[in-house]
Amino acid sequence: MAKNDVKAKLRKRKIKAFVSQVLANKMALFGTVVLFLFILVAIFGPLLVPFSVLEFGEVEDMLNPPGPGHVLGTDDMGRDVLGYLIAGSRISLLVGALATGISMVIGTVIGIVSGYSGKAIDNVLMRITDFFLVIPWLPLMMVLAAILGTSIWNIIVVIGVTSWAGTARVVRSQTLSVRENQFVERTVSIGAGSGHIMLHHILPNVFPLVFANTILIAAAAITSETTLSFLGLGDPAHASWGMMLHYAFETGATSTGAWWYFLPPGLCVVAVVLAFTLMGYAFDEILNPKLKER
Amino acid sequence: MKLLEVNNLKTYFKTSKGMLKAVDDVSFDLEHGEALGLVGESGCGKTTSALSIARLLPKEGRIVGGQILLDGRDVIPAPESELRRRRWTDVSIIFQGAMNALNPVMTVGKQISEAIVLHENSSEADALHKTKGLLDLVEIPSDRYKHYPHEFSGGMKQRAMIAMALACDPKLIIGDEPTTALDVMIQAQILNLLERLRRELSMGMILITHDLAILGETCDKIAVMYAGKIVETGSVKDIFEDARHPYTKRLIGCFPNVKGPKVVPDGIEGFPPNLLDPPSGCAFHPRCEFACDICKIQMPESVNVGGKHVVACHLKEARQ
Amino acid sequence: MKDVREALVRVEGLKVHFQIREGFFSGLLSKEKKVVRAVDGVTFAIDQGEILSLVGESGSGKTTVGKTILQLVPPTEGVVVFDGAPVPQDREGLKAFRQNAQMIFQDPYQALNPRHYIIDIVAEPLDVAGLVKTAEEREQRVREALEQAGLTPADDYFYRYPYELSGGQRQRVVIAGALILGPRFIVADEPVSMLDASIRTGILKLMLHLRDTKGIAYLFITHDLSLAWLISDRIAIMYLGRIMEIGIADEIIKAGLHPYTQALMAIMPVPGQTREGERPVLEGETPNAAVEIMGCKFSSRCPRATERCRLEQPELMELSAGHSVACFPVQEEYKKNIENMTGERVNV
Repeated sequence: MAKNDVKAKLRKRKIKAFVSQVLANKMALFGTVVLFLFILVAIFGPLLVPFSVLEFGEVEDMLNPPGPGHVLGTDDMGRDVLGYLIAGSRISLLVGALATGISMVIGTVIGIVSGYSGKAIDNVLMRITDFFLVIPWLPLMMVLAAILGTSIWNIIVVIGVTSWAGTARVVRSQTLSVRENQFVERTVSIGAGSGHIMLHHILPNVFPLVFANTILIAAAAITSETTLSFLGLGDPAHASWGMMLHYAFETGATSTGAWWYFLPPGLCVVAVVLAFTLMGYAFDEILNPKLKER
Repeated sequence: MKLLEVNNLKTYFKTSKGMLKAVDDVSFDLEHGEALGLVGESGCGKTTSALSIARLLPKEGRIVGGQILLDGRDVIPAPESELRRRRWTDVSIIFQGAMNALNPVMTVGKQISEAIVLHENSSEADALHKTKGLLDLVEIPSDRYKHYPHEFSGGMKQRAMIAMALACDPKLIIGDEPTTALDVMIQAQILNLLERLRRELSMGMILITHDLAILGETCDKIAVMYAGKIVETGSVKDIFEDARHPYTKRLIGCFPNVKGPKVVPDGIEGFPPNLLDPPSGCAFHPRCEFACDICKIQMPESVNVGGKHVVACHLKEARQ
Repeated sequence: MKDVREALVRVEGLKVHFQIREGFFSGLLSKEKKVVRAVDGVTFAIDQGEILSLVGESGSGKTTVGKTILQLVPPTEGVVVFDGAPVPQDREGLKAFRQNAQMIFQDPYQALNPRHYIIDIVAEPLDVAGLVKTAEEREQRVREALEQAGLTPADDYFYRYPYELSGGQRQRVVIAGALILGPRFIVADEPVSMLDASIRTGILKLMLHLRDTKGIAYLFITHDLSLAWLISDRIAIMYLGRIMEIGIADEIIKAGLHPYTQALMAIMPVPGQTREGERPVLEGETPNAAVEIMGCKFSSRCPRATERCRLEQPELMELSAGHSVACFPVQEEYKKNIENMTGERVNV
């Protein structure tokens, strides 16, 4: 079909324009490249590193500084730090992505429904949101993680359900302004229901905001995972950067000067969070419909 | 000496897609107490001309050529500090929807007297006295100086903005669509007020509008702008009764005239040109039914066709 | 009025009152709720293929009347009759009504979702109503609507975004979206007030053409009396939620009887016409619609207001065929004239 060609071409042009904007924005470019590297490592890294990271080593392999064989040295159990780091990146990024997904869906749905419906529904939903916004999230996470048990899935759910409130607030306020547009009134006048309007008119117009916000939440989710694991609430069966820091702290690596043990996971967390944050701000700039309009 | 003389003014905007020639070689003048109407479609450069005179251009805009003589002095080379001082004492602008620029948490009187204190270094008491006089002048009961903007109606807010514009006795007042967002009755009140002020204070006035209909009864002369250039200028009578430029003729035809036949006029085919890439020759030629070959190549010279009636068109009928 | 044939749209005794929320504390102190009488008793009818203009200043309730007819705002009192029957309120009935009655908006920049393709915007009424089954049929219907709205070749517009179009083109897209269900009645709310004069006339011509070829009736809402005269068959002048005068467009413009109509005519600028002296403006300002006015809504500014005008609200009275005025002094004058001519008493 010729029409579909046109459509595809236009879509391609749109994506191209977006990509060129990302490339032109140094912050976005830097964040994207860093993140892309980490994702590559997380996916393909275990294939490259031959060490079985969760296997304990011999006594003479414990806490060795970087050297031949172990580029980043070994930990107190004789495991290769680089291998552990690469295995950890999988879990850290997975937790970040899934928790963010949960948070985004809850936040967006509540924000749009609340903003578009108004009145009583808005009131109830926003009070719930306020509750999640003001409760101290760390103790809550700790309590929830303690009750639900230390499993990686519990951690994902806990981070997801405690971090959506900010998104919901932002989406709601954007919905309130989108709702006032005449195209919403026009859609009502042609007989469309609330569901149609929220899905076809509100969602596409709040989506760039959700997208930018999501990236920022991913940064927070990874920090949260690190914090929980560091405090000993992580899943011991799955290696993550937080768990590494936890073990490093527990075995006193921080005070004995075994820098190769605690520094790499720490730097990885910082790098990923920074990458997400830079991308979040840059995408907000690029996708902001008001700046794009004319 | 003339109050204002604009000679070959060129104001360009730097955009990501290249140079936008918003005002390109525009000349006009104004006597003391005279009113000029600047008319044209959106994007024709009328607002940019006004902003250039008041030197209030946004940072992307730059005057790249020409002269703006105010009382014989060129304002273009003047430094920022002098400009700021003269902005109120020489030229004042009233914008469209200016009433929304009032600070909602400050009384209207305070906002006007603040402007006076800032510009004239006068005492608070003097400024207050003058404020009351100004409110009186714009027909707002002077005891309302202590009211907040939300206690004013839209028309009164616009009048308060006019009072503020008059605070430092400007010689020239520019109204950029000053009545566009207002109801017809309030529009008439504001126009009455502006005319009376012009008469009593013998100020010069430039009225910028897209509504040709109100110019006839408000101004002495009219300049019609198209794509950054003035295509025709003359007295109100010249423009309405003896329009020469095809664009002027078509533009006049676009406004319903209840004294004429009840037929929807033809409008003007096509769209105003993209100023980043204006057409060659006369910018109006793609929309002009009389365009000939020369119109596509050469920019027409301005020709005086009698009195102060000047037109820029190649057509023989237009130039005679 | 016209009993020969039932009008297409009839509005009877329409009232729309909005309750406004006051500040929290003043709301606690006073039990009275403030009511804004946006529309306060409006009656008129529009025939098939007729254009009626509703002229008034902002706050006169003209837009609210249009939205109430289209069931976008619930009326406080009164009925809207469409094609001989009150507009149904159930889901199915409303759906059917909305296929027949559409709206065109003032701001074509705002009325289109910036993230949708033109084809999806125009086809949306079809999609919502579930009227087409295949993509080809959908495209064909959109193509026809765009062509009727003067956007040709239609296919060039399918996959473009609103921001790629000019104001006039966007308004045509809005019109195409309104046309796609084949409506018999369109409420046009200031459809050209945001457009340049050179583009305005094209939209007006299009609207007239659609009336002539499809018999569409319009309620044309505007603040511009000269524009109303140009396009409509009849004009109704509104002030503070009530119709002051209604009649044939030419008659209203050339022989308007209501003092408010006359005041509007006196200040109307005519292109090329100079004016000696000041414009004869009305004293004061339009009263707040939240304040209850006992008598004629216009009495506080009317140069002819009498004691009766301030106490009693005048109703529209037909003084000549199709020309009705709601004004006591005008009605009394008319009565006197008739009495003088016929020698009989007439009751007003």
